Amino acid sequence: MDDQAQVVAQPRVSVGPIELLDAVVDKTFRLPVLALFGGVAAVLVAGVFSATNGAADLPVGGVLRALLDRVPLIDIDSTLNSRQAGILFQIRMPRLVLGLLVGGALGMSGGAYQGVFRNPLADPYLLGVSAGAGFGAVLALGFGLDLGWGPFDAVTAAAFVGSIAAVAASSLVARGSWSSPATLLLAGVAIAALFSASQTYALQRLSETRSREVLSWLFGQLGTSGWEQVWILGPYVVVCGAVLVVHARHLDVLRVGDDEARALGLDPARVRLVVIGAASLLTAAAVSVSGLIAFVGLVVPHIVRLLVSHSYRVIVPMSALVGAAFLAFVDVGSRTLVAPSELPVGVITAFVGAPFFGWVLWRGRAAL
Amino acid sequence: MTVIAAATGQAALRCRSVAVVFGKSEVLHRIDFDLSEGEWLGIIGPNGAGKSTLLRAIAGLTHYEGTVALHGGRVPSATDVALVPQSPILPAGMTVTEYVMLGRTAHLGWLSRESRSDRSLVGLVLRRLDLASFAERLVSELSGGEAQRVVLARALAQQAPILLLDEPTSALDLGHQMAVLELVDQLRQQDGLSVIAAMHDLTTAGRFADRLVLVEQGTVVDCGTPAEVLRQDQLSEVFRTPLQVRVLDGEIVVLPSPRRI
Repeated sequence: MDDQAQVVAQPRVSVGPIELLDAVVDKTFRLPVLALFGGVAAVLVAGVFSATNGAADLPVGGVLRALLDRVPLIDIDSTLNSRQAGILFQIRMPRLVLGLLVGGALGMSGGAYQGVFRNPLADPYLLGVSAGAGFGAVLALGFGLDLGWGPFDAVTAAAFVGSIAAVAASSLVARGSWSSPATLLLAGVAIAALFSASQTYALQRLSETRSREVLSWLFGQLGTSGWEQVWILGPYVVVCGAVLVVHARHLDVLRVGDDEARALGLDPARVRLVVIGAASLLTAAAVSVSGLIAFVGLVVPHIVRLLVSHSYRVIVPMSALVGAAFLAFVDVGSRTLVAPSELPVGVITAFVGAPFFGWVLWRGRAAL
Repeated sequence: MTVIAAATGQAALRCRSVAVVFGKSEVLHRIDFDLSEGEWLGIIGPNGAGKSTLLRAIAGLTHYEGTVALHGGRVPSATDVALVPQSPILPAGMTVTEYVMLGRTAHLGWLSRESRSDRSLVGLVLRRLDLASFAERLVSELSGGEAQRVVLARALAQQAPILLLDEPTSALDLGHQMAVLELVDQLRQQDGLSVIAAMHDLTTAGRFADRLVLVEQGTVVDCGTPAEVLRQDQLSEVFRTPLQVRVLDGEIVVLPSPRRI
């Protein structure tokens, strides 16, 4: 450490270009404040949009006042009547918060998978992780293992086991060629097909009412949600999200390949284990409360990469914000497009995500 | 001139009966050598002789038997040896500054945030290698010579006293080859770095290295000063082609024998 101190203490030989360079270096590693601010703004806009639109339109001003009124030490009159307030706090808000959490979880785990596999097409859905989690959750639900307390929930645990099994199987099948988009995706397709088939088989064995319930959950929905599901998912988003953000810089090191990363002093196997574990747990938790919602983990990190930065230091946290805003927006569509009935939110994300996926493929190798 | 990696004043590295086995074939067989402080050791030999494998073993990237130890017996880590790979991966969308900062990985704390001193060191290295105007360029868009300098900058940012170069100039034209090797030599003299370089071109190896290790099929055939190792009969045999060794203006030059027409 002595040599380092010596280096820092060096006097500056001249002014001008040197300070310019230091500014560039500092800028490169500063928090992307503007982008984070934009992400937070997008979340807020999506939140207000989602809270005010639906079967009953609520006035924007009233909603904002009612929300402000809930902040400690602030006391204002919301101007909403009691029916409107009931809709806002018992139906809209839990669903909105759940949508933000699920979107954030899927966006962030998609970014993390892309980094860990050095593969821009990695995504919990395409890797078969969601299908694995879905199968686990179906088993737990089907066998009536619907018990637990808050985040310690049997369905989530079963979904986690399924998701880990799926990601392990996909990476084993694609052994050694993780960074080749095609190989990993094909492995994911095979694994997802296997888990989907197992899931269908498990569904067949259930009673008809039970299987219809499970099926509607499986389509990907935020509809049945109350505050209970927020309480299940929330802690996972906080804990796993923190783990992923801390490891984001390691994902940048992995971009030069395992060999060079090791020569730089990183242990790629350890990073992979921690990041895959956290991302899979996050996916499993999201799947267990909202079913299979496709393509969020693919689309969102790509948008961040296109608009802000290629660095995972930025992609991981920004994907959480953009994913949250994205899913909150999409959920408004799911509530209003075919009103009075509801379109599963997973159907809309697939409508948006599949063409996007096609476009990424079409842009070809250069863009990958 | 600013010193980036400080000299420790001791024999830098010791290799004793280093052997590497891939499956059933032994790629390296009982390699022994010492690297002294500030020395440039050139590893020469035909393709597939095991030059890269030897460097990878020293960097800890491949499993080996035997001993690779620093002075004091410690096994070297990323803060002791910095590897410049033969064909480094230059990730799309990564800037030169971000790439050079990767060299700080082994020095970062638990939360892996770059500290103020990490940042000023990166600035220093960029200036030192004349890369200041490249700071915001993308590494994937650099020319061969520029990229080689950037990879060297990343290795310097590791602040390791020993530099491992794996055929650092194989992709460069003659002018850029000389520029990179002169730069490494300058860093060695000014900063007290020690260098182990796998080198293709025997003439440049003889010009820059203090000592040469000649490797053939995983075994050290000869080791010594360029004048001792670069012998016509020995090289012709190891490289399996008639070569001539001449002395031009006091410098050893290795050439293929003239073609008979």
